[in-house]
Amino acid sequence: MSRDAAILWLKPFIARPIALAGLGILLTTVLAALLAPWLSPYDPNAIDPVIRLTPPNAIHWFGTDQFGRDTLSRVIHSARMALLIGSGVVLFALATGVPVGILSALFPRLGHVLMRMIDVLMAFPTLLLALGLIVILGPSLTNAILAIGLGYMTTTTRIVYGLTLRLRAETYVEASRSMGAGTIWLIGRHILPNLISPLLVQASFVFAFAQLGAASLDFLGLGAPPEIPSWGNMLAESRTFVTRAPWLLFFPGMMIVATAFSLNLVGDALRDRLDPRFRQVFGEKG
Amino acid sequence: MSGDDILDVRDLKVSFAVRRAGRKYRVQAVDGVSLALAEGEVLGIVGESGCGKTTVGRAIVGLVQANGGSIRFKGVDAMGAGRAGRRAMHLNVRMVFQDPYASLNPRRTIGDSVAEAGDINGIFRDRAERSAMVAETLAAVGLNPSFAARYPYELSGGQRQRAGIARAILPTPSIVIADEPVSALDVSVQAQVLNLMMDLREQLRLSMLFISHDLGVIGQISDRVVVMYMGRIVERGRTRTVLDHPLHPYTRSLIAAIPLPDPSKRILGAIETSEPPSLFKRPSGCAYAARCPLASERCLIDVPELRSTGTDERALACHNV
Repeated sequence: MSRDAAILWLKPFIARPIALAGLGILLTTVLAALLAPWLSPYDPNAIDPVIRLTPPNAIHWFGTDQFGRDTLSRVIHSARMALLIGSGVVLFALATGVPVGILSALFPRLGHVLMRMIDVLMAFPTLLLALGLIVILGPSLTNAILAIGLGYMTTTTRIVYGLTLRLRAETYVEASRSMGAGTIWLIGRHILPNLISPLLVQASFVFAFAQLGAASLDFLGLGAPPEIPSWGNMLAESRTFVTRAPWLLFFPGMMIVATAFSLNLVGDALRDRLDPRFRQVFGEKG
Repeated sequence: MSGDDILDVRDLKVSFAVRRAGRKYRVQAVDGVSLALAEGEVLGIVGESGCGKTTVGRAIVGLVQANGGSIRFKGVDAMGAGRAGRRAMHLNVRMVFQDPYASLNPRRTIGDSVAEAGDINGIFRDRAERSAMVAETLAAVGLNPSFAARYPYELSGGQRQRAGIARAILPTPSIVIADEPVSALDVSVQAQVLNLMMDLREQLRLSMLFISHDLGVIGQISDRVVVMYMGRIVERGRTRTVLDHPLHPYTRSLIAAIPLPDPSKRILGAIETSEPPSLFKRPSGCAYAARCPLASERCLIDVPELRSTGTDERALACHNV
């Protein structure tokens, strides 16, 4: 990407400080996940009953939990689980939603069947659908990703379906067909390239909602295994000590809100960048 | 129709299934159109919007399915042709579209769009040949070869339409079907693009089907013209003859509607103000009868057939002329 292009992408962020803040929080979370072993001051699983439930202080900035584990270290390590679940859900939603949406739009008979199945899935609230699936499949990390992913696959499919229906009728697609283009050519050269921008936006929102979904499953004990630190697990474990040790609730809870919120802000900024109707606002031509 | 016709369309019928207020209708957009295009000729198709002129072009390139009649390209049946036959059609019969803003993919470079027919059908030996041919074609339509790397939003309407024309002539086809290629452009640019098309026609020895609602444009570019009304041809002949001596009352009203630059010459005769009848309820007789100053009782019952008037390839579908 050239320097000019980089500036174009950054503009909607620079124009709105709050979007820039979102980007900052997001990058911090990613860094925390990548550098967790070096960033965290203690082993997140080191138990020390002597210092259990100490409030935040100079040695343990975020305090310690009921086993004397360092909350800051656990919060940092939890970022890994958050990003893993988030990317897993996004990948699953895209890998299933994009082909189903495109094929449904290009082959109306198939589309009628597939889109009715999507309607059925959409009738369930996302979390209820995820809970039902976990009950059937059994709790595990993969199943948590599948269960949450299925809920967001439906919205992704709908978006892809609608956009492809519109693209299919574009004159340049007709031009391509009149020159003998087959389905694979149309998808590869005309449809997918025009889907990338809206899908980027959709991915950021799915990522954000996946954070909330994962935290809910963890809280119910149906997500990440309890020995792995995750913000949802930390919330679940701390709920019996909430009056004695509110910091155990505050820090992981704040991280869930912050990542989900920052992803939404970034998604908004991306949408503004990619939607030509908003471009004028940022002083771009064309 | 003589033997050197490159394209021979006979009794073409195209209908669309339409749902309206829960009921299904079949709209006969093209109802038995026959036309022949000789090598190197420009045939104009003129008529008001909804008369089926665009659908004729789209049926010929295979964008809509015909449900009757035949299309023969160089004597070979194009509707039933096998894979090889269709491929020859795809490369030899090409289309230029009306809206230059919608006809180029905003995410592809001009070069990619221009090279598309070649890419789809695998005619380039290597990348060097591809870029050489793209550059040559862009130069032929009056665009700088450096445009190959640009995106459509960087181009003006006229430049885009030149790119659209370039896409239709790489590799050089036998027939170009131009569907209102200048009606979306500024008047000043229209003339340039028309001149370009006439130059290209001569250089590349193209045959052309030129679809337009604008008799002025048709008069400049086409050798022969067919006038369509509600899916049928009502008049056919040499362009000069038809424009100077229109016979069918519909053609007359179309010509009367051409604005004249001289205000002292008032527009005389009937100017069409009413809408054509709905395609959902085609009248039993002549479709033009309701608007026709010459309509008689026979016109309400009998559909007039297109019959030759004997002179100069002229043909007419009217009972009363």
